[in-house]
Parts: sequence; C-alpha cells; structure tokens
Amino acid sequence: MSIRHQTKANKEGQGEKPHLDFFLFLPHLLDLFSLLHSTMGLWSVRSRLAHHLGQKMAYLGALQRRSWPLVSFLQLWNPRPSELVGGLSSNPINRCSDRRFASIKAETSAAAMDDRCRYQVMDFPGGKVMFIPEMRFLAESPGERISCYRVLDDDGQTISGSSFQEVSKEIALKMYSDMVTLQIMDTIFYEAQRQGRISFYLTSIGEEAINVASAAALTINDIVFPQYREPGVLLWRGFTLQEFANQCFGNKSDYGKGRQMPIHYGSNRLNYFTVSSPIATQIPHAVGAAYSLKMDKKHACAVTYFGDGGTSEGDFHAALNFAAVMEVPIIFFCRNNGWAISTPTTEQFRSDGAVIRGQAYGLRSIRVDGNDALAVYSAVHAAREMAIRESRPILVEALTYRVGHHSTSDDSTKYRPVDEIEHWRTARDPVSRYRKWIERNGWLCDDAESELRSNVRKELLHAIQVAEKMEKPPLAELFTDVYDQVPSNLHEQERLLRETIKQHNGDYPPEVPV
Amino acid sequence: MALRGLGRRISIGKRCFSSASEVEKRPRDGKQINLFSAINQALHIALETDSRAYVFGEDVGFGGVFRCTTGLADRFGRNRVFNTPLCEQGIAGFAIGLAAMGNRAIAEIQFADYIYPAFDQIVNEAAKFRYRSGNQFNCGGLTIRSPYGAVGHGGHYHSQSPEAFFCHVPGLKVVIPRSPQQAKGLLLACIRDPNPVVFFEPKWLYRLAVEEVPERDYMLPLSQAEVIRQGSDITLVGWGAQLSVLERACDEAAKDGISCELIDLRTLIPWDKETVEASVRKTGRLLVSHEAPVTGGFGAEISASIAERCFLRHGLQLEAPVARICGLDTPFPLVYEPFYMPTKNKVLDAIKATVNY
Repeated sequence: MSIRHQTKANKEGQGEKPHLDFFLFLPHLLDLFSLLHSTMGLWSVRSRLAHHLGQKMAYLGALQRRSWPLVSFLQLWNPRPSELVGGLSSNPINRCSDRRFASIKAETSAAAMDDRCRYQVMDFPGGKVMFIPEMRFLAESPGERISCYRVLDDDGQTISGSSFQEVSKEIALKMYSDMVTLQIMDTIFYEAQRQGRISFYLTSIGEEAINVASAAALTINDIVFPQYREPGVLLWRGFTLQEFANQCFGNKSDYGKGRQMPIHYGSNRLNYFTVSSPIATQIPHAVGAAYSLKMDKKHACAVTYFGDGGTSEGDFHAALNFAAVMEVPIIFFCRNNGWAISTPTTEQFRSDGAVIRGQAYGLRSIRVDGNDALAVYSAVHAAREMAIRESRPILVEALTYRVGHHSTSDDSTKYRPVDEIEHWRTARDPVSRYRKWIERNGWLCDDAESELRSNVRKELLHAIQVAEKMEKPPLAELFTDVYDQVPSNLHEQERLLRETIKQHNGDYPPEVPV
Repeated sequence: MALRGLGRRISIGKRCFSSASEVEKRPRDGKQINLFSAINQALHIALETDSRAYVFGEDVGFGGVFRCTTGLADRFGRNRVFNTPLCEQGIAGFAIGLAAMGNRAIAEIQFADYIYPAFDQIVNEAAKFRYRSGNQFNCGGLTIRSPYGAVGHGGHYHSQSPEAFFCHVPGLKVVIPRSPQQAKGLLLACIRDPNPVVFFEPKWLYRLAVEEVPERDYMLPLSQAEVIRQGSDITLVGWGAQLSVLERACDEAAKDGISCELIDLRTLIPWDKETVEASVRKTGRLLVSHEAPVTGGFGAEISASIAERCFLRHGLQLEAPVARICGLDTPFPLVYEPFYMPTKNKVLDAIKATVNY
C-alpha cells in the first residue's frame, strides 16, 4: 500500500501550515527585541507579539519573563554541536528551547561557543556526557505541545499536504460498517442494562475510529491486550454480535463461562486476551508477549490499549521501560479521551499527555487525532511496520473524547458540562466525519447506510433475545479452571455446596443448572 | 533419611549473626551439592529440555546474588537468560505475558521481601488468568522463584516469609523445599506444572544445606506432603528451613521417650490435607511451626482445618489443642532475631506441653 500525499488544493485557511516559513522570520524579530529592550515600548510589543508567538514557538515562553537576557541572534540560531548528540530531534524548535534557560550572564560573542567545545567530555556508564559550567535545568515542558497527526478535517475532507496510508474500498467500507455497528451495539446494550436485562455495560462512544481503524491496520496475528473500551477491535476481527451478547448475559455459550462482569470479552481464536478490570495490568503482559513473538521470529507484534488514566499506573511505566530495554515489537496505544471516570487529564498528569513520555523511556511515539479514522489507521500501520521490522516499541497517543459515561454506574453530567458532551457527540463524531469521506469517494449512499443500521439493529436485538433466554453455565463450572485440574479441596467444597443447595434450593438462581 | 543426613551436617546449633561457615562435605556415592547448586542444576535442565523456557530477573545474568543462575546465560544466551530492570511489577507482568504465549517463564524476585509490588500482578492477573478467560488462556508456564526466610542478619527486609499472603489466593500454587535434593525435584515440577507457581527458596540453606543430589532430570510431586519421620505421639508439620529445627526437636524429644511424626508439607497450596489428617488421626496431637508471624500465618489454616477434620473422628480425637510455634507478630528484627525465631527449644517445650496436656 502506498503512502498518499494529498496535493489537491483545499479551501484557504484549512489544514496546518508548516512551521518553517514562520521560523525563518522569527530571529529577525528577536533582533528587533534586543534593540527595543530598554524602551518602554518594548513591553507592549512583547506582550502582543509574545502572546501570538508564544503559541507557536517554544522558547518564547522566556520572553514573558522579566529578566530576559540580551541574547544575540547568532546564539539562538546556532545550536551547540553537543546538543545534537544522543538523539535530540532535528526539530529546530527543540534546539532553541534548550536556550530558554541560558546563562544569566550576557553572552554576545560567538567565541563563547567555541570555548564550550573545549570543555571536558566524560564517559559515564551509559555513554559520553558533556560538562557545562552553567547550571541549567531542563524545562518541565518543551513549551509547545507535541503536534497531532491528522488527515481528515472536521468535514471529512482530506487535508492538503497530508500523507496517509491508502485504504481499499473494501477495507474502508468494512471500517465504516464496523464503526456503525459498534455505535448501535453500544446504544442497545446500554439500554439493555438500563432495563435490568444485563448487570453492567460500558460504551466506546466517541472512540469508534480508534477501535476500528487501529484494528484494521493490524493483522489477525498481532496479539491484542485490551483495557476494556476496545470491543471494536474484537468486532473487526470477527467476534459476532451473538458472542458479545453471550458474554454480557454470562450464558452457557459465553467463552468466559459466566465468570466475569459484562464487557470482559476474550477470544483466543481472535488473539484478543480476556479483559480484566484492573487498570493497566495488561500493559506489561503485552511486553512479555511481544518478547515471545520476537523469540519465535513471528512477523507480528503485540498491541495493548489503555486510557489516559492508565498511564498513571506503575504497570505503564514498568512496561514501557521493559519494552525499550528488551527491544520488543509492540504498539502501546493510549486512548487519551480526557477522562478517567470523573478525573480530567489536568488531574491525571502534568506532562503533555502520554506521547511526550515515550522519549523518556527511549520509545518512538506519535500523537494522532483519535477521531480521524484515516489518521489512526495510518499511524498504526506505520507503527506496526516499525515495531516488527526494527523490533522496537512504539507509543501511539490518540486524542479523543469519551462521549459516554464511564459506565452504566456513572453519570458524567455530574462532573462535566452537558453541552461539552453534546458537542463531542455531534460536531466531533468520528463516524459521521469518516462517513463524509467515504461518501465523497462515492462508496456509500444513503440507502446502504440506513439498510446497514437497520440490519445491525435487528441482528443485535435477536442476539440479545437468544442470549437472554439461554441458560447459564452449569454449577460445575464454578470450580473448574481455577487450576488445570480440579484439586481435592475444591471437590470437597463442591460436594458440600451441593448438599447445601439440596437443603436450601430457594437461595439459588434457577438459571444456573445444578 | 536425606534430612537426617542434613541434620548431622548442619552445625547450626543456634543461628549466628555472621554468615555461618560452610558445612564439611563427606564423600558419598552421589554428588554432594548445596541448595543454590541444586537450584542451578534444575534451571540448567529446565532450559535444556525446553527451548521456550526463559530465566530472568534482577541480576540473574551474571549468576545472581545467590549464584542460583550461574552459567545459564553463558550456556543458553542472553536472549533466554537475562537481566530485567529493577521493577518487580514489571518482572511479574512481563513473565505473565511470556507464559500466556505458551512459554515457560521462570522469573526471579531477588528477595521475597520485595515481592509485594508484584502482588497485584500475581493475585489479580496470574492467579485468575485461566479462570476468568474460561480456559481460553492460561499462564501455567509461570514460575516465580524467590529466596525467603531468616538468614541470621537479614533484618526487616532480607528475612521475610510471605508465603501466607499467597496461600490465600485460589489459582496459585505455593511450594517450599526443605533441602537441595527436594529443591531440584520440586522446582522442576513447578516449572513444568501447568499452573502459576510461587517457589520460595530458604536462603539460609543456600550454602549451608549440602546433600546428595542426583544429577539426572527428576521431579517430585506437588500437593503431596512427605512424612520424613514416623512417630506415634505427636505430628509436627513444617516447611523449608524450619524442618531442620523441627528435626532436632524431634531428636531431643525422643530422648524423653516422645515419638514424633514429622511432616514436610512441601506444597502449601493446594495442600495435602489427607496426609496430615491421617497422621493426626494416628497421633492425636499436632504442632505446626513456621518462621512467619503466628497471626494469620499458614499454620492457622492447617490448625483450623485439622481441628475441623480431626476433632472427633472414628473414635479418635484431638488430645490437645493444636500448637503453633511461629515467629512473633513483629517486623523481623535484627538484634532480636534469636528471640523472634521459633527455635528448637520453643518447639521442644511445646511438644512436651502438648503431649502432657
């Protein structure tokens, strides 16, 4: 599949402009600042311009400080050679941001830079490190947030200059169909819980593109370790609505044998490990699995999903670190949907999301618009290739919004504004945005759309009916699978339990065959 | 008989603060090796017989802080025997994932005192992996081995016996060997058992316990206690290094005409109730002894179970309350270690008290 570059002219003002032209302009501005530094006029110039520029340029944060030293253009523009060692990006923004906390001594000559090259370099464990006489703290943030990769604009139009992985019509339509199915499935199961027919449910509304597009970019041989908001991945791989319903009702056809709450799906056939409620515990599992794939020389990777909240757990840090050290083929996929139940990301971390942490552990990472199916698809496709070819971990952070409540046990209007939820449900809906793109390609018409929706609805309602009527797994399954064989203490306990049931039949649900 | 030989060789008498001198080796038929060498042999065999077996943990690459992993990296390569970053929850999580893909993941936790960060992974994930998936998945290939127990000078964080925490978790197996020959066979059985196992190795015995250990590949059964000394007056149950203490107590009790039956539990969960019950039905008395603090220790489970089963059965009854001689309910102290420990004389006093109840 080829990478496609969008070169069609778009409406003016759409899409992102590269930084480069603006950056070339900037140093001259700073020379101007130097000249005006001592005048009162500087303050107003600084404040207006700084506000505008500050949104774009890392080191302009320093302009807002009172004691900005006179720094020459030359110093700002030319990085010291040592700063390019050791994997610093070639992004000029990063180079300049190192200057943000430059020495308070005014240095106006380029000769001072030469002196630095003569400073000592020492071989500590881990590699050479250059000494500097200035005390310099690395800023707590680079100043500018990591940019977000996007292909489709809010209107479902490909952005001029964007590059993305091409999708065949067949795959594109399957993606759309599965996103719609996921939406309908969520709506109806949620209702079923409200009606008391299932005990619990949680939706993935708003994250359909993340679920389906990421799954579409993987192969069936890639091993998935989900958190719990990724049923779309299972759906893509072929889990049927009946299978979903069976797990939610915990009936005898549930592969999990009725042992866990609804939405704790798992399928060994589809290489999707069973969901467990604890947050982030799956992340180091995925690293171990990736190591296995590497050792067995499989052309496949492990993929693990987690939310913004999950990145605070120790298991996240442990896993990223292990993955980097062991050099395993794995994609860490963070669904940054803004909320961990009621905790917004401002109360979850102070870093620039999850993506920025990749570098801290030695991981390549990317931030992507999670509501843009094509961007998610492309990013995961590329990540997978890198992960397998280079046997390395990749961190993908998809920015999105959790439109639904955390679960059926939550009412999110208690902690966030209703109009915010509605905005993301409607104007930022990933499904309709993607639909517009498909429609523009002439791949979908209204009839097909409504037929799809009504078919899914029908099939789902039928599946629920069937699942609901089916009996639960037999009592014996309470005791099996604790170990590979049932040990004597459990045989004993089953025996005693059965006696009790005989004595007190009314205490026990009739749907579970004894 | 192996243990009697062991008892003669170990000149422990009382626990010293400094590391005790190596026990003198007597020339015998088989190879006399110590506990860490026996463990090492088991690991060599495990890696040799299964190409998808891996050994990893902190510092295992150079041989490990107790030399249990000596020679493995050289022989099998750094892809199969490797150091991990210093992170127990990472070690456990990684091991679970590796095992879930059908490999034998033999993870080391450097000291049992440091196993707690891995507790969530072990309890919530490893133990429930098969059950929660309806047997679609399992991490049966997981074995976590860890040195545990008093060492004479370990203090709070190099002496703990945390086995009781894990015994409370359905889905796990907990195994503790008493000697080199036992350790090799039990560890190989644990590695090959299709369930996640936590294997605690008595660090006190790593160098001190020397025994004839067959060089071949052999396994000992799990969930089978071993009666290592027959007796008729009282049943003593223990595991790990405590067996040698119990053995010396038995020897001294014999001088007073008390015949002790000594049982090594070996697997703590699922534990062999039948063997212990059969013994107590014979003797009518039970004493359980372990280093871990008495309250909530695994002795409590054995005591309660046996009391339920043997209180009055088949005409025979428990002649006396079950005695527990265990560690105190304090963090493991340094200078007070000799006071804290369930010593031979504490056990002996309890044997006499129980017999004379």
